[in-house]
Amino acid sequence: MDEQKIPLWRDDRFIKLAVQVLLVVAVVVVIAILANNVSVNFRRLGLNFGFSFLNNPASFGIGDTAIPYSPTDAFGKALLVGLINTLRVIVVGIILATLLGIVVGVARLSENWLVRQIATVYVEIFRNTPLLLQLFLIYTAGFLQLPPIEQALQLPGSTILSNQGLYLIWPIGSLRTGLSLAVLIGGATLGIVLWQRRLRVMELEGASGNGYQKALIGIGIVSLLALLLGLEWRTPQFENGTVTGGLHLSAEFGALLFGLVLYTAAFIAEAVRAGIQSVSQGQWEASRALGLHSSLAMRLVVFPQALRVMIPPLTSEFLNLAKNSSLAAGIAYSDFFQIAFTINNQTGRVLEVVLLIMITYLTINLLISLGMNWFNQRVQLKER
Amino acid sequence: MTTDTPVFVGPPTRQISPWAWAHKNLFSNWLNTLLTIVSVLILGWVVIGLSTWIFSQAQWAVIRDNFRLFLVGRYPVQALWRVWASLGLIVAMGGISWGILARNIRLLDRRGLLLLGILAATVVIVLALLTDPRSIALSLGMLVLLVVLAFVGQRLGQAYPPLGTWLPLGWLVGFLIAYALVRGLIGGGQPVKLDDLSGLLLTLLTAIVSIVVSFPFGVLLALGRRSELPVVRWLSIAYIELVRGLPLVTILFAAQLLVPLVLPTGIRPERVMRAIVGLTLFSAAYLAENVRGGLQSVPRGQVEAAKALGLNPVLNTSLIVLPQALKAVIPTIVGQFISLFKDTSLLAIVGLTELLGMGQSILANPQYIGKNAEVYAFIGLIYWICCYAMSIASQRLEKQLGVTHR
Repeated sequence: MDEQKIPLWRDDRFIKLAVQVLLVVAVVVVIAILANNVSVNFRRLGLNFGFSFLNNPASFGIGDTAIPYSPTDAFGKALLVGLINTLRVIVVGIILATLLGIVVGVARLSENWLVRQIATVYVEIFRNTPLLLQLFLIYTAGFLQLPPIEQALQLPGSTILSNQGLYLIWPIGSLRTGLSLAVLIGGATLGIVLWQRRLRVMELEGASGNGYQKALIGIGIVSLLALLLGLEWRTPQFENGTVTGGLHLSAEFGALLFGLVLYTAAFIAEAVRAGIQSVSQGQWEASRALGLHSSLAMRLVVFPQALRVMIPPLTSEFLNLAKNSSLAAGIAYSDFFQIAFTINNQTGRVLEVVLLIMITYLTINLLISLGMNWFNQRVQLKER
Repeated sequence: MTTDTPVFVGPPTRQISPWAWAHKNLFSNWLNTLLTIVSVLILGWVVIGLSTWIFSQAQWAVIRDNFRLFLVGRYPVQALWRVWASLGLIVAMGGISWGILARNIRLLDRRGLLLLGILAATVVIVLALLTDPRSIALSLGMLVLLVVLAFVGQRLGQAYPPLGTWLPLGWLVGFLIAYALVRGLIGGGQPVKLDDLSGLLLTLLTAIVSIVVSFPFGVLLALGRRSELPVVRWLSIAYIELVRGLPLVTILFAAQLLVPLVLPTGIRPERVMRAIVGLTLFSAAYLAENVRGGLQSVPRGQVEAAKALGLNPVLNTSLIVLPQALKAVIPTIVGQFISLFKDTSLLAIVGLTELLGMGQSILANPQYIGKNAEVYAFIGLIYWICCYAMSIASQRLEKQLGVTHR
């Protein structure tokens, strides 16, 4: 029996291969055409590709600098300042937005009717208007309308609030501060380890855990002393038109942080609410039957289970916050994007600047995803 | 033998007194009472502060003087009928679709009627403060058109149920006509340049054009990501993840500056066109992820059954998988449209005068300096109304399509 040969154009294996080869060829051709256009345009405009311009002096000032910077420094240094500013907003923003989001999310399920309504209105307002608009409103109609520095508002805790931003009480930054900080971090780590060991001893062996308790109290006292005295707090002082000492957060930083936190918290609240609602009603009833009242049931039974459902949407909200931090350009906060934008205007190096921006934001996003995936794996149910 | 139809009795509705309701919901224990008191204090402070500002401190003249600028920007006044005509077309499409989709239920229950009444009253009051009687009459006419066509659509839908399948095509044609009308490509007269559009009109145009154009790309990318051909799969994944990892403002910035560079010398698309390119590239990646969700919701058995019937892969995808997948993701696509609509505000950063950019350019006028709160609050209200209305509509659509029951 001679087998009939399948014609080539009906051979599944051939079609699959051909489609892929064609696609690769098409992509390569398109990229080659675009690249050729770029090189033609570069030649016409007298540009050449390269990153050596990063060593040229920047010759522009930056409002917010966390590290020493002057206009004579290189473009590369200016970008570094911008990167630090971006990371500062992202880290603080993620922490605050998560806290606010959890509070609002829980409030949306509160037993109290009024609290529920207020939380709902907050979420609906912030989710249904653009973030950039909120930033403009908070910056121009909020922070910039604060009294000038001469009539600054004095808030509790030696905080000074004016249209130049916020001055906070802050450690001085000497050797003693560093040592105390090390003591604090060490104390906290040791405290957590001892606490967990105490719980384990109490659960498994039925021991009293008194020794651990004494040790924990000791660590607490030492840490408190380090916190109050060792860190050398410096209060901001207003003298002859300027404020010395303390930590200065500019109005732009404040507005961006405020806007990002309020906006992202509304989305996080929805993720939290969905997560809590995904825990079955039986869990609530069972914990009530065990005699836990509602706040304990939430903290010990429902929330840990809701956390598993919440983490993927939370991750994407964190990524959104990181990406949205580039809206700083709208309110003149010197973040990475804003500084790269300025450098582009000064040097006209479009391609290099766009590449730098892309690589930076992709890296930041990748790091956040990796961190959240690690956290996700830790809280997932461990099944066989 | 006769069987009695059993009479179903629902659980008795318990009437509770307002006092009992307040006790249960506001003062059930001391913590609850404390929360209520704190909330009332905060709420009172906010409401009093806001209403003082709205009614006595804010100067709304800036809104009244620039109302037309906000909505249609610097669109030629003598050609404004084009905007009205395309708005009418879209309202008509909306009414008919509403009727067809809701063909088996009552169109307006008491709540719907109440909402419509409130809407009409708001339109009249707001517009009476802001604009001329002719525009008020036209706006009310649009509302009437919406309701009348909804009833017509319902009749049509009942007489000919498969009409629902043709709705997406109808919308596409409707948008094309509306676009051509606004641009002045049909109906005689001077064409309007893309870069001359501004205000809410530009916001809507960029959002709608981007989502419509990105739709086929998004579907292709989603299919590519689930393809069994490694090259196709990896290219799709690379594109989707690259775009999703970048802030939109970066993409818009790159589109404004790089598009002229990668095109042959001499071709410089208009700024709005470059913005639409950026928004489309961005939106396609997110749309692809949404569609992928829909593709995953189609059971394997469907594909296998289609294969058993002898459909080849192309027919299988286009006749069996995609219709089911796309129906399942309509609400998500509406959600994505809402966020794209909000995201068009970023065009203000790259220097286009869409709604937010128009606000900025009005504020730059020395006559209106310092009116930031009024202008931004008004723009925020427009955005809020549009987004909230769309999200409500999407929830109702979700219910009527019965997606949640699958």
